[in-house]
Amino acid sequence: MSSLQTEGLVKRYGALLVTDHVSLDIRAGELHAVIGPNGAGKTTLINQLSGELPADEGRIVFDGQDISALPVHQRARAGLLRSYQITSIFEEFSVTENAVLAALAAKRSAWRFWAPMLGDVVAREAAAAALTAAGLATHADALAGELAYGQRRQLELAMALTAQPKFLLLDEPMAGMSVQESAAVTTLLRGLKGRYTILLVEHDMDAVFALADRISVLVYGSVMFTGTPDEIRAHSEVRAVYLGEETA
Amino acid sequence: MTSLLHRSAIVPLLFAGFAAVPFVATAIEQPFWISFFARILIYAIAASALNLALGYGGLVSFGHALFMGLGSYAVALPAFHGIASGWVHLALCIIASSLIALGVGAISLRTSGMAFIMITLAFAQMGYFLLVSLKQYGGDDGLPVAATSQFGSVDLGSTRPLYATALVVLALVTWWMAKLRAAPFGMALRGARQNARRINAIGLEARRLRLVAFVISGAICGMSGLLLANLNAFASPSSLAWTVSGELIVMVVLGGIGTVAGPVIGALVFLGLEEVLKGLTEHWMVIFGPLIVVMALVGRRGIVGLIDLWPRAPRAAAPAVLSEGGA
Repeated sequence: MSSLQTEGLVKRYGALLVTDHVSLDIRAGELHAVIGPNGAGKTTLINQLSGELPADEGRIVFDGQDISALPVHQRARAGLLRSYQITSIFEEFSVTENAVLAALAAKRSAWRFWAPMLGDVVAREAAAAALTAAGLATHADALAGELAYGQRRQLELAMALTAQPKFLLLDEPMAGMSVQESAAVTTLLRGLKGRYTILLVEHDMDAVFALADRISVLVYGSVMFTGTPDEIRAHSEVRAVYLGEETA
Repeated sequence: MTSLLHRSAIVPLLFAGFAAVPFVATAIEQPFWISFFARILIYAIAASALNLALGYGGLVSFGHALFMGLGSYAVALPAFHGIASGWVHLALCIIASSLIALGVGAISLRTSGMAFIMITLAFAQMGYFLLVSLKQYGGDDGLPVAATSQFGSVDLGSTRPLYATALVVLALVTWWMAKLRAAPFGMALRGARQNARRINAIGLEARRLRLVAFVISGAICGMSGLLLANLNAFASPSSLAWTVSGELIVMVVLGGIGTVAGPVIGALVFLGLEEVLKGLTEHWMVIFGPLIVVMALVGRRGIVGLIDLWPRAPRAAAPAVLSEGGA
């Protein structure tokens, strides 16, 4: 059963075709990786899926519903959550406050004007669970703006998780991480695998091949090939274009 | 908490001081003090309202005088036609300022930054010139309030009931702002100021949060205008002047932007200093201006930020700072 489908998605910047008739079919429960050289249009693709960029042509179907015209917050409510390549958190709030706010937003109960946010037991439990899953439980009281880089990425993930998403769009969750940090995130993602449908954009090939059920290779905005990690490894064109350096 | 100078005592001390003013003023036979401090309370209400939009929401509204003006004319216009009921004045004031805030906000919030500042200013100027053009209501001479607001047997036209009302309203507003700051809506609004993109990504809508904040802010600001018209027994287009909007911003920044006590302290210090310096010299602006500049340079969170630097109670664990906590 497919969870998210794109049909002939197109995004142009002037004459430049950044997304070139991309048709993807991501099955429920799979971890689908999108790889490709810099400038292949991976983040542009994620931005169209999350709703931050309107597509010029094509359709996006999520859970059987056409979401092409929905704004970001409505896609988020439908269960399509994202993390950002450039860390995007509330720096003046504590780690717990970040996660609780995300949990309340998901329950659509942010429109309360009196009782303190941190007094919401259910949201706090959801936040604590997500922080534990993301490996940040020990830093729950720290100010988000004072976290180390890797921890900020973990908080990004935790915030997406508190919303109890159906689908996670992860834009380079390991970008700029140390070897240990990215190993920790790989372990974390392996734990999430199966529970959520995940679209993972990532440059760390070790992580991608260790985690992905299927991989799509994006070159100059179009999908060159989609297959299992083994098929990708065996594909001569993919090796030439993208994995060439590693096999040379 | 042993020291009275500890910062958590600031807000209670402040309000205890305000409550004592009428008694002290009577005792030393300076009734002028009551109406002077009533003005401070009224501006503190307006500044607290602006702080919701400006400090919590990050919306630099340069047109909040519009709502003060609306509140004033919500008293003066019905009074001109012989309606003295305070309830009518209040209902008109809340309805008019909320609706106008809704319209102004819906349009202005399509922009941000400098454009937002300019659009809110433009709306306030439109209100100003509209009232100037209404010759039958006094035009730019303003309109004396023919009948001050009567709430049952209470007449806001006399100083003491007005002072008490302003004090109660300010206390309630301050209390609510303290609660709101940590409540889900306040957190979401403050989150949208830090990172609007993320607010949308977790399923909220930054623009709607801001619009609601702007409407609440406008409505409370309108109530300060209602009180001001009763205090002065006069409504004037000059209460919508852009300088008033500017003064409100200075009060918020001076006291401590985004803090609960900041706008109250800001209004007190701003109007207090103005009064003191006016007594010293005709050229009081020469002293007042640089003082504001120094304050803006010294503390990011204004006077409240300086109070936060106050020697803490001797204990290892740092208590929550005033600017972050509920005080």
